[in-house]
Amino acid sequence: MTGTTRATDWEELVTSALLGTDRRTPPTTVLSPGVEAPVALLDMAAVHTVRRRAGLTPAPARPIPQPAPQDTRPPLPQPARQRLAQLLADRAVPGGAGGRRGTAPDLTELLPQWLAATNEKGYRAPASALPALLEAARARTDLRPAALRFAGPRGLWLAGLNSDWKFALRGAWGPATAGGPGGGAALPAPEDIAGVRKLWDEGLFAERVGVLTSVRAHDPAAALALLSETWSTERAEDRLMFLDALRTGLSDSDEPFLELALSDRSRNVRATAAELLSALPDSALAERMAERVISCVALDRSDGTATITVEAPHECDAAMQRDGVVPVPPSGRGERSWWLAQLVESAPLAIWQQRLGGRAPGEIVALPVADGWGDELHAGWCRAAVRQRDPEWSRALLGAPAAPPANGPGTSSLAERAKLLAALSERERADWVAAFISAHGLSEAFQLLGVCTVPWAGPLGRAVVDALDIARDAGSYPWSFSGVMGLAERCLDPGEAARLELLTATPDEAEGSSPGAGGYWSEAFQRLVSTLRLRAVMHAELATEG
Amino acid sequence: MNQQGVRWTAEQVLALSPDVASRKAGSKLGTAGPWSGTGCGASGAVWGLCKGSGSRPYQTIVDIAGATGPAYKCSCPSRKFPCKHALGLLLLWSGDEAAVSDGEVPDWADEWLCGRRGRAARKEEGGASGGRSAKSADPEAARRRADRRAARITAGATELEQRLADVLRGGLAEAEQAGYGLWEETAARMVDAQAPGLASRVRELGAVPGSGPGWPVRLLEECALLHLLDRAWLDRARLPEPLAATVRTKVGLTSPPEAPAVRDDWLVLAQYDTSDGKITTRRIWLHGRGTGRTALLLSYGAAGRAPQLALPVGLTIDAELTPHAGARQLRADVGQRFGQPSPITAPPPGHTAAEGIAAYGAALSEDPWLDSWPCTLSGVVPIPGDDHWQLADADGRSALPVAAPVLSRTGLWRLAALSGGGPVTVFGELGHRGFTPLAAWSDGNAETVALTGE
Repeated sequence: MTGTTRATDWEELVTSALLGTDRRTPPTTVLSPGVEAPVALLDMAAVHTVRRRAGLTPAPARPIPQPAPQDTRPPLPQPARQRLAQLLADRAVPGGAGGRRGTAPDLTELLPQWLAATNEKGYRAPASALPALLEAARARTDLRPAALRFAGPRGLWLAGLNSDWKFALRGAWGPATAGGPGGGAALPAPEDIAGVRKLWDEGLFAERVGVLTSVRAHDPAAALALLSETWSTERAEDRLMFLDALRTGLSDSDEPFLELALSDRSRNVRATAAELLSALPDSALAERMAERVISCVALDRSDGTATITVEAPHECDAAMQRDGVVPVPPSGRGERSWWLAQLVESAPLAIWQQRLGGRAPGEIVALPVADGWGDELHAGWCRAAVRQRDPEWSRALLGAPAAPPANGPGTSSLAERAKLLAALSERERADWVAAFISAHGLSEAFQLLGVCTVPWAGPLGRAVVDALDIARDAGSYPWSFSGVMGLAERCLDPGEAARLELLTATPDEAEGSSPGAGGYWSEAFQRLVSTLRLRAVMHAELATEG
Repeated sequence: MNQQGVRWTAEQVLALSPDVASRKAGSKLGTAGPWSGTGCGASGAVWGLCKGSGSRPYQTIVDIAGATGPAYKCSCPSRKFPCKHALGLLLLWSGDEAAVSDGEVPDWADEWLCGRRGRAARKEEGGASGGRSAKSADPEAARRRADRRAARITAGATELEQRLADVLRGGLAEAEQAGYGLWEETAARMVDAQAPGLASRVRELGAVPGSGPGWPVRLLEECALLHLLDRAWLDRARLPEPLAATVRTKVGLTSPPEAPAVRDDWLVLAQYDTSDGKITTRRIWLHGRGTGRTALLLSYGAAGRAPQLALPVGLTIDAELTPHAGARQLRADVGQRFGQPSPITAPPPGHTAAEGIAAYGAALSEDPWLDSWPCTLSGVVPIPGDDHWQLADADGRSALPVAAPVLSRTGLWRLAALSGGGPVTVFGELGHRGFTPLAAWSDGNAETVALTGE
């Protein structure tokens, strides 16, 4: 083998190797007497290869990325870090969808709760978990706000380097993360007047919504001032979104602005302004609505019992339309009842007491209503109670939880009942739903349970467990209750685990029950218990010192 | 922390899974629900009863402090090793100190543990005296066997030389058209010649033409190095002994672990598996804190099964390692282990990009067939890119490319997240294809972040 080769020699070697030494003889410097051409070529190529590899040098570096912003939150305690890895790893493992759920907790379902608890404590996400966290947030939009808040500024920094994680940069401007620690790396603090001003004047639409929302949460009046200044120059779709931001911290001081918006060019803006005003019972709009509706409803005592009589409006004039009343009814509804419904839901609830003989809401909803107007009237009151967040009216309209839903005073719709419940205190809500479940079982309770505070209060939890127990004794299969069961795994107080232990045993098969149901119930209760235990451990881990 | 020493992380436990299904099934059992009678003992055993579908719960025991790695025993019918119950038990133990706390070993677990420990002790005594003499009972027969095998390898190497010359005569372009089959057939001939090292190199040649632009250069390089190996084997009598030993290993003769055992605190830096479809190869990189040596443990598993040996990345084990013979030979076997593992307190000492690459160059002078060399880089900043990542020295001037077929994209992003645009310490394999990061440490934090795996 000879000593030196040059780059051109190497290229010639490659060429003759590619074409074959029979077609292209290697350079003469390569050949040596007594050695076949292919072997001589391989000899030289070996020398060259080893020399090249041994002589490698580093390459020039590309520009180094900007350092990630500091995250000053305290680090996660060690056991909680492990838990996070486990929760995220479960997500990464494919398969397992469908079929029986077995007795083990569903870790993916616990991730949202874990993230919420962690964010409440204000911990910083471990850097090495950020890619998995961003991947989880990418796959599940419901996780995004909490996951991104936990990921913090370094998470956003990382997302900026990978186009798969673009959603995180968009999300950072959204209302969900604004104001939280680490949310919105580039969003100015609400008290940074100049920064806010600049972004409001020059930002993209999403950035402007973000900044308005964050200022509104911090100082409602300042947000209103910001919005008022540029209002007349905004586009209609934008005006609608901005107006929507005023729901947060809505107060009487917003009234003049909203009153002005009632004359907006855009119908949707007008309707939203009217809706917001009607949620302010002292507003002039609410008063105008009250005047309109009060003449439609009266108390008739003519035949000894008090009865409500209704005379629906005969026209929808321009003034009504300006106040947000939609003149054309949806198909299948009469004009006059449509107008009446809108007036009732927008009028302050306080007017009815006076109008209907000084009665309390409970008494009012119990009054008979003439000519079949009862449903219409009660439905309107329900919407008004929800909009005005009036607990007394909500309570009256919900009626007694044990009463059959169809005969209730307000509405038989579970969705509306769930909304009415939201106006009650946590405790009262839980008690009402508990009583409802005790009376009617679980099949209708799902939506109502959804508005209850987690973990469920004692009586509520017990009512749910008792109802499950009854369903089991009745011989049905547990998957008829899988929705409630899943909710119970996430919402029951972990302290209930010990009490539930009794239910995990497989009972003897009773006559008439569905075959094998006992075993499945036992499995479902085992999963419930182990999930509760796990949740207790998860919360304890977050409480330990880091 | 308790008298058990440190509990493993979930990641370390899951690394023991024989396959993805077990990993999933094990994770599901890693909560208190199905378990009863759980406990762990100072001797390094963990046990528990796991409720299965039958009426009797399964009895699961893991001996984590075994001299040769964790050992498992479970009354379930699974033939997977470790089974999902053992994984679940270890996960529970790792995640929930309250659920698995110190306790007295129950009788059903004690029997197996004692039996196991007893065997291990006997084996050790036996190994010191009887074992070796049995092996060398008939040195003459052994020599004859070795000679026969060497002759077959020589025939194989000669045939391979002929085939390489034919390929070069006809041209690599022609060989590419002949396709994979040409190399497969040659590889099979090398298996027949009892030269598995030659066989696997030949098989790799078959993949080069499909590896994208520039393949003729890479194919010529690999052909040339294979030719160099053939020549070295045929002329091995004239080579200095360390190089001859390397050549023997490269053609596929196992060099027995014969050097004296080295006891040290070994940092478990990385563990990862590669598979050729038939055999799963597990590589475990260790760094000796006292000796400064780097060692490679290899373990093999048949198709679809995880190799037996598993060490928890991020922990330090006090153990004896027996190096294999050969120049620049990093391979070693793990022997006796002492005490309980403890977390790595500081990463191994690191180098700049230029120093790392120089070390690879130096190693090549004694083993020209080396694809890569282990290396710890300190103060480097990862620079993400769409296709090409780099690891730059902190001054931002020179950088190493990250090897293209890098283990997992997730691992790279984990590295970027850890760095946050600042310097990190990274352990990996550095070679002519670039750097493959395997583990990293952020500044001022001793926690080892594994970059392998999901």
